[in-house]
Amino acid sequence: MVNLPFTAALAFRTLRVNKMRSLLTMLGIIIGVGAVIAMLAVGTGATQQITAQISSMGSNLLIILPGSTTSGGLRMGAGTQPTLTTFDSDAIEEDAPAVAAAAPVLSGSAQVIYGNQNWSTVVSGTTPSMLYVRDWQLAEGRPFSDADVKNATKVCLMGQTVVDNLFGGEDPLGKTVQIKGVPFQVIGVLAVKGQSVMGQDQDDTIYVPVTTAQRKLFGTAFPGMVRVIMIKARSTADLNAAQDQINALLRQRHHIMPGQDDDFTVRNLTQMMQAAEQSTKIMTLLLGAIASVSLLVGGIGIMNIMLVSVTERTREIGIRMAIGAKTWDIRIQFIAEALIMSLIGGIIGIALGVAGSSAISKIAGWPAVVSPFSALLAFGFSGAVGIFFGFYPAYKASLLDPIDALRYE
Amino acid sequence: MALIEAKSISKVYTMGDIEVNALKGVSLSIAKGEFVSVMGASGSGKSTFMNILGCLDKPTGGKYLLEDVDVSGMGRDELADIRNRKIGFVFQGFNLLPRTTALENVELPMFYKGVPAKERMGRAMEALKKVGLEKREMHYPNQLSGGQQQRVAIARALVNEAPIILADEPTGNLDTKTSVEIMELFVELNNTAGITIILVTHEPDIAEFSKRTIKFLDGRVISDEMTASRRARANG
Repeated sequence: MVNLPFTAALAFRTLRVNKMRSLLTMLGIIIGVGAVIAMLAVGTGATQQITAQISSMGSNLLIILPGSTTSGGLRMGAGTQPTLTTFDSDAIEEDAPAVAAAAPVLSGSAQVIYGNQNWSTVVSGTTPSMLYVRDWQLAEGRPFSDADVKNATKVCLMGQTVVDNLFGGEDPLGKTVQIKGVPFQVIGVLAVKGQSVMGQDQDDTIYVPVTTAQRKLFGTAFPGMVRVIMIKARSTADLNAAQDQINALLRQRHHIMPGQDDDFTVRNLTQMMQAAEQSTKIMTLLLGAIASVSLLVGGIGIMNIMLVSVTERTREIGIRMAIGAKTWDIRIQFIAEALIMSLIGGIIGIALGVAGSSAISKIAGWPAVVSPFSALLAFGFSGAVGIFFGFYPAYKASLLDPIDALRYE
Repeated sequence: MALIEAKSISKVYTMGDIEVNALKGVSLSIAKGEFVSVMGASGSGKSTFMNILGCLDKPTGGKYLLEDVDVSGMGRDELADIRNRKIGFVFQGFNLLPRTTALENVELPMFYKGVPAKERMGRAMEALKKVGLEKREMHYPNQLSGGQQQRVAIARALVNEAPIILADEPTGNLDTKTSVEIMELFVELNNTAGITIILVTHEPDIAEFSKRTIKFLDGRVISDEMTASRRARANG
């Protein structure tokens, strides 16, 4: 029954007649939609970055830190007292069923020299399990093996940042670098991982066999000492079980009596990262919600103008009624005008939002990702705003008395 | 069978505490093909009566039969439909939609009737031709003279083939020469197409074009007779 092309054409013409007014009215929607798009883009960008960082860290991760020292009654915090060993790591990998892999880490800062270049980086002694625990691939070369660990061979895997700083364009494979004056052969280059959640460059690192690190680089206070042990649980569901099994196993191995404090701490890294991701999502929602308020204000602007328009066009409404316009003919005419304004505003707003978010990401250096979903959402929302705020003026128009309306000057 | 049958129609307006009896029981019937002028001073009730005839207003008492259908109890949308199909309005102030071409103005009643776009266009052109405006279809009201605007309004009233045209002081804003042209157009439509025309005027000269004159005073019909000139012609 409703003649859409005609109604739309009619609405377009009315809006064209009052160009300036229509544009100003649309501006509310344009800014509203633009703000929603830009805010969601910034939020989505942040969430995606964190998600990428979490997956770059490796999935289902636990980290075991050594216990705290107590010196003169002062307890010094987790990690101050080395208590963990490679043997703990091996035992966990073998005896805790919920654990897929365990990698001990003995790390320290060290100066690395190749030719006339040198670079300070973090050198970590670990086992072949490390690459699996951290879901880390090699860009080229080969990983070191259990035999390398057993024999404490002087081989290393190098992160891309170190490669760039030491080798420039040269191929590092097979070359020998000096770490703390000890010659190491580069056997592999780690794939690029980018920034960690904490903002550290994960590619600024070197992996060597843990035994080599213990014997040649950092030394140990007691046999097999490592700083931390990184654990990969079999699945996300197994994280809690793995934590319990590690607790029980380490308490037994470290001869801790019931009632005594642990001399180690197990942290669920994945959970921490997921919490970070969650909070970013909440921030996105919050930003979106705040931006939606301006969309709402834009809607009220439309209603305001439509009410003025109804009053101005009272006589026109009277004429239409006299020649046969029914209640809904009048309503649809005004709703169509509000809808067209809000939809055009929505489209311009999306364009503005996309431009705005790319400007934000360029100027502020934040990642901004406009998802098609958020564009669709904003567009749909602006349409809903148009119908919602167009309805009341349309309803008012449709209730006019034709005689009074015709007489209106 | 009468086209319009008013049976003791009354209309009471309530303004605060005061009740105004605008119509005090008006009964009359108008047959198909008549050309009636309605006269009376302002406040005589003629406008109220015309509004009721035009289905723009409802009587508070009595019955109004339009083509034997009682319209006095109908709702807004039903009345809108009756107006659309049975009554063409011509107003003193033309009442064309501004910024809308003559053609589109004439198309409008068909739009509300649900006539397809192609047919609308053809019929609107035809109606404009009938009123002698076939070259002006793309003009806007402000580009047309008063007489031309009124012709567009008449084309709009004709286009849905309504049996009745209600003209409320159609020459009130026009000069004498143009007034005569418009009245001649009404006479022609009445004679050739058999359209029933009901004309409100307070100018006796204009009323002379009709065949029957009804006079209102204080909410009542005080005279209903053959128009003076015709009476004279019939007698002489």
